[in-house]
Amino acid sequence: MPNLKDLKNRIASVKSTRKITKAMQMVAAAKLRRAQDAAEQSRPYTERFNAVMGKLAASVGDSDSAPRLLRGTGADDVHLLVVMTAERGLCGGFNANIAKKARAEANELLAKGKTVKIITVGKKGRDSLKRDFGKHFVHHVDLSDVKHLSYSDAQAIAAEVLGRFDAGEFDVAKIFFSRFENVVSQIPTMQQVIPFQVDEDAAADAPEAGVVYDYEPDEEAILADLLPRGVATAIFSALLENGASEQGARMSAMDNATRNAGEMIDKLTIEYNRSRQAVITNELIEIISGAEAL
Amino acid sequence: MADTVQFDLVSPERRLVSMEAREVRIPGAEGDLTAMAQHSPLITTLRPGIVTVTSAEGSTDYVVTGGFAEIDGETVSVLAERAIPREEITQEHFKSLVDEATDKLAKAQEVFVNEPGPVDDAAKLLADMVAMGDHIGLSPN
Repeated sequence: MPNLKDLKNRIASVKSTRKITKAMQMVAAAKLRRAQDAAEQSRPYTERFNAVMGKLAASVGDSDSAPRLLRGTGADDVHLLVVMTAERGLCGGFNANIAKKARAEANELLAKGKTVKIITVGKKGRDSLKRDFGKHFVHHVDLSDVKHLSYSDAQAIAAEVLGRFDAGEFDVAKIFFSRFENVVSQIPTMQQVIPFQVDEDAAADAPEAGVVYDYEPDEEAILADLLPRGVATAIFSALLENGASEQGARMSAMDNATRNAGEMIDKLTIEYNRSRQAVITNELIEIISGAEAL
Repeated sequence: MADTVQFDLVSPERRLVSMEAREVRIPGAEGDLTAMAQHSPLITTLRPGIVTVTSAEGSTDYVVTGGFAEIDGETVSVLAERAIPREEITQEHFKSLVDEATDKLAKAQEVFVNEPGPVDDAAKLLADMVAMGDHIGLSPN
């Protein structure tokens, strides 16, 4: 039987762990609200942007003169996977789920004989993919110094991706992130950004489908201007979704941890009280039998 | 017939304005244009410049750094890469924008040595940025 002193120490240590997890949960809750707010704020831009892109892409169509970002390179050999994860752990299965999705896709592509290149955003994704796909890594983006996610962060990543595309380093680019559903569920998602895919829903939702627009300059010039922005916009909204997902995942993970710590404290306290009682009983028996012996 | 348009100015980070406006002046890539109610449907890209919104209460200026605008008879939506109310723009702010454009030009000159296209684009971006600064009384230095 563990002695009283040990039990007492363990209770104290679990209690301080509970304090930490509780604090982390509350911090995550506050950050989640901010992250959700940011995601909410960016939504009008993204929606309109996609609606206009849908319209333009539909009208330019598959013609040979269409920009390469829309039409693709004509090949399907080299795939670039941009895996976006968090910079920190302790957020449940958040990072692991994204990495799992990316790993499945990479394995599938490799099995088909394609070439895979990987850009990682966030330290955790890089760590967990390094062992299997280390030799496919081409770049890593570190966001650990970024306190407040801004559009220019997304632009920097987009510039990196587009630069490689222009240099002919890959044919298809996909981003991996976690879509924020609610606090308990975040869905790891894969989205193709190059060549640009028209979002069917957004195109169908465009209310003025019948209106004929004038374009200034012409459609293709606008499209050439917008497509790179489209990549940045997709990455930005993915980063924001990811941010909200991370905090949501951390919040529920820490909530669980706090609850587990509470249960453990209860169990240990009962054990402590029992052994304390046993010690008292023992002492009483000793005194009584001592007195009887006289 | 309504003589106002629904005006929205959104940037990727936030929605700046959503209001009824009488007219909106937009720095289009091929020249400034003013959108009022019943303007024919138009999509145009923007150059760095100033968007002026005039409503019944007066007019407001916003500095934008590129993006695009979608206009139809009833709505005007400006989707700016970055949009800042004119009162909020400071010298440092403006300087960082100009510096960014200058960097872009230098980089374009480095990367596309024999292709005038991207270099000209970057040079134009910088010129537009400086011109915009002149307009609101800020100099790049």
